[in-house]
Amino acid sequence: MSEIVLQVEQLVKRFGGLTATDHAQLSVEKGRIHALIGPNGAGKTTLIHQISGALQPDSGAVHFCGEDITHMPMHQRALRGLVRSYQITSIFQKLSVLDNLALSVQARSGSSMRFWRPARAEHDRYAQAAVVADRVGLGTQLNVLAGALSHGQQRQLELGLALAVRPKLLLLDEPMAGMGPDESENMVALLQGLRGDTTILLVEHDMDAVFRLADTISTLVFGKVIASGTAQQIKDNPDVRRAYLGDEAILPAAAH
Amino acid sequence: MKPAISTSAAPSLLDHPLHARWAAVLLLALVAFPLLMGTNGGEFYVSLASRILIFALAASSLNLILGYGGMLSFGHAAFVGLGAYTVAIAMQSGLTSAWIVWPLAMGVAGLGALIVGAISLRTQGVYFIMITLAFAQMLYFLVVSLKTYGGEDGLSMARRSVLAPGLDLARERDFYYVTLALVTLSIWGLARLLNAHFGHVLQAIRENEVRMSAIGYPVYRYKLVAFTLAGALAGLAGALLANLGGFVSPSLMQWSQSGMLMIMVILGGVGYLYGGLMGAVFFLLMEELLSTYTIHWQLGLGAVLLLVVLVAPNGLASLFKRARGGRHV
Repeated sequence: MSEIVLQVEQLVKRFGGLTATDHAQLSVEKGRIHALIGPNGAGKTTLIHQISGALQPDSGAVHFCGEDITHMPMHQRALRGLVRSYQITSIFQKLSVLDNLALSVQARSGSSMRFWRPARAEHDRYAQAAVVADRVGLGTQLNVLAGALSHGQQRQLELGLALAVRPKLLLLDEPMAGMGPDESENMVALLQGLRGDTTILLVEHDMDAVFRLADTISTLVFGKVIASGTAQQIKDNPDVRRAYLGDEAILPAAAH
Repeated sequence: MKPAISTSAAPSLLDHPLHARWAAVLLLALVAFPLLMGTNGGEFYVSLASRILIFALAASSLNLILGYGGMLSFGHAAFVGLGAYTVAIAMQSGLTSAWIVWPLAMGVAGLGALIVGAISLRTQGVYFIMITLAFAQMLYFLVVSLKTYGGEDGLSMARRSVLAPGLDLARERDFYYVTLALVTLSIWGLARLLNAHFGHVLQAIRENEVRMSAIGYPVYRYKLVAFTLAGALAGLAGALLANLGGFVSPSLMQWSQSGMLMIMVILGGVGYLYGGLMGAVFFLLMEELLSTYTIHWQLGLGAVLLLVVLVAPNGLASLFKRARGGRHV
């Protein structure tokens, strides 16, 4: 039995009359790539927000590495190793790639403020940032402003910012959002490279990518997790097929 | 051997060099200034220069939170006023040593900023502006109601603070040099702070607060520390201002004073190391100059401000910045 990194229990979030998260259950095992899929409006991002701490659930609990983090602020979750990326790219546009990553590298010691020593003299930090840049394929772009990168590269930096914190669990909210086929291919390869190293909870619309990457897939419909299992189990699940009725043609096609 | 990682090749938004050569020239000129003024009649200009330097300090402290931290505080004069009143009240109770009273002024103003910040920083955007303004107005009316300390009429100081034997702060020249030293130290300290990890984090929070929190930085704590430091520096400016004028009054804390500090920062350059200094010099010289011609000097000042904002929308300091575009497509 593998170790459970993240455990979501009976999570409920309501916005007025709408129940965006409806007693959602989810557990992510260590070292796995766990995908969360579901039709548009199923509440995937809302669930990610609650796991990362951007939103407070109305009831239920989130456990991370055995600790109850349901009411913990976002930065403390990040310090414990639960780090998210964003569906809408959220990087430091006016800073260079290296500066972006150097900020992230040091986040774990962020509570120790350093007021005097020139930040540029912290060579270690920049060296580590450069290693992360290499890892996400931006090694030759260290001094380019983040805002000047192409969309695909900005998505790579988005991932890099989360990776640089050395997370135990990476929450990736649609890393392939808005990418062309080549860029997506690139990102899939990148995520493949993280396998075993980092546990990942992946929200993604690109079914092809999901079936190639995920060890486990959970399907979210109207805020409820209706099924969890391997790719094959999910594909064969009649409830999942029903939820994806409009997309029925996509599922069998993605089987290969 | 790994290739060296260049972090200094390209000037970045995060780097705020002192420009030591220019700073040294400027400092020399400022040191020479009272000597050139002579002793008869020059006193007025030396005193005016002190006033400008003090406001440069106050504006620079505001720039720390407004320019680098992205916190639009509309109540900064409250901390200047707290510093000033601390000195005046201490003097009334017989405490005259600058070594005790000035740090005390910084402490009181810093504590005030800590309390105001702890509450205000829980809000965002326009609410933050309004709540800082509200706190400043509360302090203003509190001081107005304190009849023991002069109430609306203010409080006169019997003399200036005492610093060291041989150094008589009552002499305009001595006071000027002490002010110059403190302002220089403060701006140097701010430069160290901004180029240190703290400064980088503060500016990154301004750029993208949510992301900073998502990668694990205690954003609120960083902002509160910056707010408190800015308050303490404003308190020092207040202590100097009280000494310069020999008088404190509630008008020091009025919202128009906060507005003036903001205008100085915007004029000089939001987020530029010398922005506060340039803004204070320009604003106060303009005020001095225009008010010799007309009592409606504010009208003229308004026109000049408009012109500056049109010519240099990022403030005067931005004119001195070497063009650094074109590196990136």
